[in-house]
Amino acid sequence: MKHIKVLGSGCKKCRVTADSIAATAAKLGVEIELEKIEDYAQIASYGVMSTPSVVVDGVVVHSGSVPSPKVIEGWIC
Amino acid sequence: MSTATSTRSELPRRHPLLLVALGVALWVLVYAQLEPLSFALVGLMGLAPGTRLAGAVQFFLYDTPKVLMLLTGVVFLMGIVHTFVSPERTRQALSGRRTGAGNAMAAGLGIVTPFCSCSAVPLFIGFLQAGVPLGVTFSFLIAAPMVNEIALGMLFALFGWRVALLYLAMGLLVAIVAGMALGALGLDGWIEDWVTELRSQPQTAAAPGTTLTWHDRVEAGGQHVREIVGKVWIYIILGVALGAGIHGYVPEDFMASIMGNDAWWSVPAAVLLGVPMYTNAAGVIPIVEALLAKGAALGTALAFMMSVIALSAPELIILRKVLKPKLIATFVAIVATGILLVGVVFNHVL
Repeated sequence: MKHIKVLGSGCKKCRVTADSIAATAAKLGVEIELEKIEDYAQIASYGVMSTPSVVVDGVVVHSGSVPSPKVIEGWIC
Repeated sequence: MSTATSTRSELPRRHPLLLVALGVALWVLVYAQLEPLSFALVGLMGLAPGTRLAGAVQFFLYDTPKVLMLLTGVVFLMGIVHTFVSPERTRQALSGRRTGAGNAMAAGLGIVTPFCSCSAVPLFIGFLQAGVPLGVTFSFLIAAPMVNEIALGMLFALFGWRVALLYLAMGLLVAIVAGMALGALGLDGWIEDWVTELRSQPQTAAAPGTTLTWHDRVEAGGQHVREIVGKVWIYIILGVALGAGIHGYVPEDFMASIMGNDAWWSVPAAVLLGVPMYTNAAGVIPIVEALLAKGAALGTALAFMMSVIALSAPELIILRKVLKPKLIATFVAIVATGILLVGVVFNHVL
């Protein structure tokens, strides 16, 4: 099971990103573990400079914008 | 929505640049028709030409689409520019830069780097970790939200390129000088301790490397337009309607006495008034329009706009997470003083 983290301080785009990942996973019937990281110190520890960022299994795969559903599919499949 | 998006993006996928060229041609064609069209519409409404009402209505019908089209063009272009400049790349360019040149570079990059105040904290930490000096980091953080494509695009569309350029020059000057002043004070001890701790652990992890095609870049431009113009169109209509009303009805020198060139206290008053106010660049434009049309000096009006955009409670609350209260207060004082000085100087030079 993929462990996906959305890094973001709680802005609108970060919520949209997390919701979109959850929706895509549900649509594809893939089970994932989704976590939202809102603590600045933790966000900084991943070395990202713009949010929302997405971390899949410990690796930063996306930064600075809402990922498209197609891109999300690529992560969870 | 997903089906509509996929069919729409089928065509540009093959020839993104051809599509842009077609779009530009269509844009120019429509733009050239706006003025005759507005007069034709006024005629159709049966308003007598030459009257105040006809003048105001024509102004509104011409300026609204004009401003929207110009802003769309600027925002689209900026959306494409953003795909070439990432915060990570900017950080790399600024790492280890000295005061002066570093501040100027940071302010300039602040304009073209995609920035959202919601990621100001990770950006601040990322800059410091990469060895960007504090003063240089501040130059970036002052310029990025203040001198942006919405402000420049709307000033250009409503008041022409001279005013837009003046705002650009004033904004860069404030960001450079305030950043240098903050850097010279050596306030590194006033950063929150947890950030200082992170600062000692150099961080080089870059963003995931993605190769973008022109199709991606053009799509990013379109996305930027939907996001920005979709948000600010209402302010444009408000601004132009206000402008139309002013053109027709309010006496020309109504504001001149309070905000004109001769009142020495006008710039300080404008800055002080602007600090607690908060709206985005689009929201403040109608006010600037009203001020300028009524004889407020250009430096005063632009100083007001800057203090509204650059210093806002939401942004300061976000920065408070990484800066101790003393540093926040110093930051506000120095940026406000910078805006004030620049406003006064421009009023006297122009």
